[in-house]
Amino acid sequence: MNPNSSSPSAPPLIRLEAVSKTFKLPDGRVFEAVKSVSLDMAEGRIFGLIGKSGAGKSTLLRMINLLERPDTGRVLVDGRDLTRLSKRELRETRQGIGMIFQQFNLLQNASVYENVAFPLKLHGNRSRAEIEARVQECLAVVGLTDKLHNHPAQLSGGQKQRVAIARALAPHPKVLLCDEPTSALDTETTRSVLDTLREINQRLGVTIIIVTHELHVVHALCDHVAVLENGQLVERFDVGDQATPRLSALGRELAQEQVREDILKEHAARIAQAAEPTTRAA
Amino acid sequence: MTMSDNILAILPELWVAIGQTFMMLGIGLAAAILIGGPLGVLLFLLGPGQSLENRPAYLVLSWIVNTVRSFPFIILLVALVPVTRVVVGTSIGPLAASVPLSVAAIPYFARLVEQSIREVPRGVIEAAHAMGASELQIVWRVLVREARSGLILALTVLAVSFLSYSAIAGVVGGGGIGDLAIRYGYYRFQTDVMLLTVALLIVLVQIIQFGGNALAHRLDKR
Repeated sequence: MNPNSSSPSAPPLIRLEAVSKTFKLPDGRVFEAVKSVSLDMAEGRIFGLIGKSGAGKSTLLRMINLLERPDTGRVLVDGRDLTRLSKRELRETRQGIGMIFQQFNLLQNASVYENVAFPLKLHGNRSRAEIEARVQECLAVVGLTDKLHNHPAQLSGGQKQRVAIARALAPHPKVLLCDEPTSALDTETTRSVLDTLREINQRLGVTIIIVTHELHVVHALCDHVAVLENGQLVERFDVGDQATPRLSALGRELAQEQVREDILKEHAARIAQAAEPTTRAA
Repeated sequence: MTMSDNILAILPELWVAIGQTFMMLGIGLAAAILIGGPLGVLLFLLGPGQSLENRPAYLVLSWIVNTVRSFPFIILLVALVPVTRVVVGTSIGPLAASVPLSVAAIPYFARLVEQSIREVPRGVIEAAHAMGASELQIVWRVLVREARSGLILALTVLAVSFLSYSAIAGVVGGGGIGDLAIRYGYYRFQTDVMLLTVALLIVLVQIIQFGGNALAHRLDKR
């Protein structure tokens, strides 16, 4: 039995087994980015990977679709060991794993339509009509059907990230990997992008793994969190679980953030209540 | 003002020369695009941090490209005479001159392509990998597409350089506008012919550069 397993009955959608990764630094030293981490992630949840910069959270995320190949250990997605697949099999498997990035990474010389259609044209032989219908569907999910013929340069940051989300959703992935998806966005835009992500999780059942250093993002979105420090997994907990004491500084900070947020909400409600009679009088 | 007798006398030859120049340029640029282009992409992909990273292969290819590029064109022209004879059957005329022109154009363009493609953000290539794109799909649908205005400008630079290279080819009886300039303008001291050919080259360069800039601008949606 894996002690990390959160719902022992169902097999996890993603299982990292003792994965490690080292990088050679330019000055010749070796940097251990991830040190033998084992982690299960259950299907249908929103899973947060948090940690300070350099803690290895991004590397860990990128191991899930093997953008970063672990030096040791296994990566199982939906029961398949990705590290043993041929190049071709890996390409096919990656279709089922969507990914979005901090810098959006859209094709600048392609329209919104062409960007979202991109993954659909890579594999298989979908007809033009099928592709068009799917692109429309995905843009409807992110609320951008009117931007079909625009180019990314004509969009705001939030709109660009929405196009990236639509692109990631196009091939019907089971998992959506998010690498600091809101770090380049302002507060307002962040909130609406997070709303979209939550909706995708709830309505389409897509499992979401999100790397972030912003605690309010974790608080607003995640239901389960793993904390990384110096390439090691230090703890994992349900965000709703306030009773179990947190081991890591970041975990405690997150709990405080939650308390603070609750107080703010309460205040806001009280202010609204107090203001009501005056607005009625005016 | 009437045209000088010198110019009237070479007028029929001038049309032939312009045709020859375009032929040399056309063959040289075609070779550059068809062979130099893929070579440049390969150089990029073999380079440090890229998907086909292979240091020995990159160094060997890079060394070959540098070596060919280090030949002064006039030396290449002469050194390749035996090869030209085998390929074309003769070592004079515009078709023969197209051989050294192509040999010089291929590594030149390969380097320009490699540089243009380097401008494509890493993250975009990575996103394509994450979506399961193959190397070939990435080359066409990401690298060429994202770098296309840079590639057009690279081709423009190449065309302008090779317009003057094609003029050097006149030295070995290569024909073309430059040949005319040397034979009449230089050897026979017909300054008016010299001025005419130079003016013609200036106009050609302006047209090429203007066309290249306009096309690159139209293709750039960034």
